[in-house]
Parts: sequence; structure tokens; C-alpha cells
Amino acid sequence: MAGNLHPIFIVEEVVKAIGLVGAHGQSLIPGQVLHAWVVMGVLIVLGILATKKLSLIPKGLQNFFELLIESLENFVVANMGEDGRKVFPVLATLFIFILFSNYEGLVPGLDAPTANINTTLAMAVFVFVYYQYWGFKLHGFHYIHHFTGPVPWLAPLIFPIEVIGHFARMLSLSLRLFGNIKGEEIVLVLLFMLAPVVSTVPIYFLFMLLKVIQALVFFMLSMLYLKGAFEEAH
Amino acid sequence: MRKGFLSVLATVALVAVASSAFAADAAPEVISTIAWAASLGMAIAAAGCGIAQGLAVKAACEGTARNPEASGKITVTMLIGLALIESLAIYALVVNLILLFANPFVG
Repeated sequence: MAGNLHPIFIVEEVVKAIGLVGAHGQSLIPGQVLHAWVVMGVLIVLGILATKKLSLIPKGLQNFFELLIESLENFVVANMGEDGRKVFPVLATLFIFILFSNYEGLVPGLDAPTANINTTLAMAVFVFVYYQYWGFKLHGFHYIHHFTGPVPWLAPLIFPIEVIGHFARMLSLSLRLFGNIKGEEIVLVLLFMLAPVVSTVPIYFLFMLLKVIQALVFFMLSMLYLKGAFEEAH
Repeated sequence: MRKGFLSVLATVALVAVASSAFAADAAPEVISTIAWAASLGMAIAAAGCGIAQGLAVKAACEGTARNPEASGKITVTMLIGLALIESLAIYALVVNLILLFANPFVG
């Protein structure tokens, strides 16, 4: 964190009170894991609440979730074609998880798990493995032709560049999300030290919008990589 | 209600201010070099990012002016493009954060 700030996180204090304390007084379960569990708990509770009494004409929480899932599905199908329905659940889970994780950073006493490079790197590695899996599953060995470029005699030159590019996608996905969320956190704390309420409240709303955009960008880039793995090589 | 809010603010402010300096165990010339590098690097990244995002917004405004019906799609595309361009400045920010707070060459 900025300087040597020691912010107080509720979940970590609870774990320390139970007794899972390490050598330097920090909790044995890392903070980002605890906060990810909090997001998981919130999402499971919301899911149960929304599907308790499914009705044909939705209202309330079911309405909200139907709106969200329907617009996401239309977006994925509009961009990827009908194949998108196969991978849509994974993409929607990524979007909703990242959105709620980002918003957890704005709650006092809690921290965003995506403000830690471990969470974002794990998600980026998963997306990488997932779209390579779909590529190999759909095209078999011919998936290699995705990496060899348009003409066969340029293949030895283009293949390393393409491989490095694909690995760089993992790096860029994770760093983009981590850098944005961590930077927003630091800006909020610094502005709070400078001018407590006047500057932080407007910035709070701006960051709420930016966090939605970051979740959307992660979701959309994963969708584009999957689309690239689905389509035929040139 | 008001006293509670004020006391919460004061607590958070105290926690924030009771912090020691970072990278304080480095030699003075190292600290000054780190300061130069971080500020110049972030300034150049912000300048490039500003120009690129300005071009993106310019194209979006012209597209919307030409075809006001497509303004929804144009706005969504513009926001996605802005986020992707911003990520390049964020890479510079991450390097600066590493230099300032988690410097492997210092301490």
C-alpha cells in the first residue's frame, strides 16, 4: 500500500482473532483469498435469493439478473456467432466475479481481491489455458496453423513472434486489471489524505464507472481471444 | 450520527498519517534517481496516453456527428478503446509502483 499504511481489513482481523496468525502477526490465509471468498459468498447468496421463486414474469432480483445475463448473452452471440453460447457461462462468470470483486474495494473495511496480482494473474492464466483448450479441441493439430502466418515459408519467423504474442496476452490481461484497480485504490487513499470528503466523493463515482469498464474490457478481450481460437486459420 | 461519522474519519486519517516513509533505507542518490525515473516515466506515459485517447474521442465524436443513430455502439466502442489505451499507461504505473514500493535493488 502507499507508504507503510496498515489498513484494517475486517476479514483479516476475524481470521487473526480465530488464531490463524503467522510469524509476523499477519493472518496465515492471504488477504486476497479471504476477500475472494467474501465475493463468492455474496454471489452465492444473491444467486439463491434470485432463483427462490422463479416466475415467468420476473421481478426484483430475478429481473436484474435476467437483464444482465440476457444483455451479456446477446453481446457474446452478436460478436461470436452461435458458438458463443458454448463458452458464454465462463465469460459471464468472469464478468460478474470481476465486477463484484472490484466493487468490494469500495466498501470500507474490505479490499478488492483483484487489487492483488495473484488473483488477476490466476484469471488471465485460466483464460489463456481455456482458449488454447478450445482451439485444440475444435481444430486438433491444425490449431498450429493459427500461429504460422499466411505463407508457409515465413512460418519459422512468424511462429516465435506469435507464441510470444499469445503469452503477452496473459501478461497484459492481468497487468491491466491489477494496475487499474490498485491505482484507483491508491488514488482514493492519497486524495483522502489531501482533502477528505470534497475530492473523494466525486472520484468515488468516477471509479465506480471505471471498475465496470475494466470488468467489461477483461470480459471482452477473453471473448475476442476465444473467437480467435474458434475461427479457421488463414 | 454526526459524531460517529467524524470519529470514523479521524480514525482513518490517523491510521493513514501514522506511516513511515517508504524506501527510506536507500542511499540519497538512489532515492533521487528513483524519484526522477518514476516521475519522468509516468509523465511520458501519461502524455502518450493523452494523445492517443484524444484521437479516439475525436473519431468517436465525428462518427456520432455523422450518424447520431449509431451513437450507442460508437460510445461502447470508444470506451473499450479508451480502456485498452489506458492500459499502456497503467503498465508504466505498475513499473513505478514496483520502483517505489517493492524495489528489488533496494533494501
